[in-house]
Amino acid sequence: MPYQFLEGLTMADIAFEATGKTPEEMFISSANAMTCTQLQDVRELGTKEKKEIVLNAPDMEKLLHDFLSELIFLKDAELLLFREYDLKFTKSGAGLELNAVMKGERIDPKKHHLLVDVKAVSWHKFKVEERDGAWKAVVIIDV
Amino acid sequence: MDFNRELKKPSFRKINDYVWEIGTDFKAGMRVPARIFASESLINAMDGMVYDQVTNVATLPGIVKYAYCMPDGHSGYGFPIGGVAAMDIEDGGVISPGGIGFDINCGMRLLRTDLTLKDVQPHLKRIVNKLFESVPSGVGSKGFVKLDAQGFRKVIDEGAPWCVEHGYGWADDLEATELRGRDDGADGKAVSDKAVERGKGQIGTLGSGNHYLEIQHVRPENIFDEALARKWGIFPDQIVVMFHCGSRGFGHQVATDYLNQFLSVMESKYKIKILDRELACAPFTSPEGQSYFKAMKCAMNMSFANRQTIVHRVREVFSEVFGQDAEKLGMRQVYDVSHNRASIEKHRVDGGVKELIVHRKGATAAYGPGREELTARFRDDGQPVIIGGSMETGSYLLAGVASGAETWFTTAHGSGRTMSRTRAKQLYRGDTLQKEMEGRGIYVKTGSFAGLAEEAGAAYKNIDDVIEATHQAGISKKVVKLVPIGNVKG
Repeated sequence: MPYQFLEGLTMADIAFEATGKTPEEMFISSANAMTCTQLQDVRELGTKEKKEIVLNAPDMEKLLHDFLSELIFLKDAELLLFREYDLKFTKSGAGLELNAVMKGERIDPKKHHLLVDVKAVSWHKFKVEERDGAWKAVVIIDV
Repeated sequence: MDFNRELKKPSFRKINDYVWEIGTDFKAGMRVPARIFASESLINAMDGMVYDQVTNVATLPGIVKYAYCMPDGHSGYGFPIGGVAAMDIEDGGVISPGGIGFDINCGMRLLRTDLTLKDVQPHLKRIVNKLFESVPSGVGSKGFVKLDAQGFRKVIDEGAPWCVEHGYGWADDLEATELRGRDDGADGKAVSDKAVERGKGQIGTLGSGNHYLEIQHVRPENIFDEALARKWGIFPDQIVVMFHCGSRGFGHQVATDYLNQFLSVMESKYKIKILDRELACAPFTSPEGQSYFKAMKCAMNMSFANRQTIVHRVREVFSEVFGQDAEKLGMRQVYDVSHNRASIEKHRVDGGVKELIVHRKGATAAYGPGREELTARFRDDGQPVIIGGSMETGSYLLAGVASGAETWFTTAHGSGRTMSRTRAKQLYRGDTLQKEMEGRGIYVKTGSFAGLAEEAGAAYKNIDDVIEATHQAGISKKVVKLVPIGNVKG
């Protein structure tokens, strides 16, 4: 599921565009883009650690921001990076709920080729859009 | 690379050779003009988003006099990096996490030694390798101070004095730290459990990106103010240690939490409209504004504690390598400065004195002689200001000056990037760069060659030009330039 790093949006940090035919694909593309900022290849990760999270947000844009922020939190608090994602979106009241089951591995500097640490997801230029049945996100992450 | 796409280039009014003004007619909603401190060549090298962002800052409620940008300015989000703004508290002035940054109290610390280049050179690799082991860096690193949530909450309340009490540093270090290493008024109740969970294992860690720990040399020809250098313990041919880091995941989570909170109330509750969501803000005196300010102070204290703990580790390494106590090696702290923070300060405005909430994002306080913020040790001479350059070129120790009142006593914080990380990685290879630097007498140890490539010297402005601009503009004065011989790259 595709993503590409973007030039011209940020001088000191990392910008990427992530796409997918469904919100699920676009969320996974975004998560992989962020993981690959921190780790040379997502295939270095095993899948023995499992984590389930539930997030609620008023719209898809805020939900993606919260999802990526949660991944950053889990990276620092539990040293987890993820390789596999099973995501389910449902309507919840006026907003959306995301149920995510994720599999990955604890960071091990002896085993993993680590790159740069991600601090946060910026709101600057942050965008999620659906056009002609395809989803696209533009994200800048603070490193 | 197109940082200027869709951006209108302002016409600058030249105030003098180092100050350029953008008038309020540049953009709808500007409450004050913007002023950029830079030489002509530096301002021309700035990316176009700097002009856009500094003029966005000029639209914030309560801003006083000007929205400033320092000579090392480059685009960030919300505020530019190098952005400075003071808001009038009595006039509905706002506080904005975007004016402080995700890495609250990211800052610099400088330690002196009695050692010379000749003393250190034979042991350089061993020192750098040991520092790399003792001060964890990079993704997922954990510090040696083991604390539960309750213990960590004590640290964020007390800051660097907690470390000194627990044996990680000397009481004298606090006299040479901004705010004596503790930002009073921190309140852990304003901080989420999530922020605590993220940060509690990270005290004593460097982080990554542009964070580093360096062994530096004082070349005799690089001392510009001999009397002041001597007074601050700096002498020709000396070896010093400098490092750059912040409040780690804890500060990042505090900023994330409050940006979201401010975005949810800013327009609905306070009728504030902004031009970039990273400028999310709330009136300083509002419950949300006060809550963020207290949480920000917790992150200030985490960062002071982090750097204090790292100082302890640095002393341990030198002590082991040279077989002497750190005291005997003269490893006193010169100073510790933050370059991402907000503080309440009294400044002269239009003939009177006003209480302002001063935001500095990628900008360093440089209080002039006599200012109440300075401890007795520095009150006569002005504040020591530590400005880190790229790992290839050098860093500076400066002093605050009286004429710095123009920028609320604020100066630059670094070189400032001129090349994106993505571009730097396309142009440079970390392993090649490491070998080249070793050939030039700089030994680098890193956990990530890609990260090293991103920090190549050519990705930054010339530090000498930036410092000269701050000196000539009268917002700080040069004391000494410090050149790297060893580097732990975070």
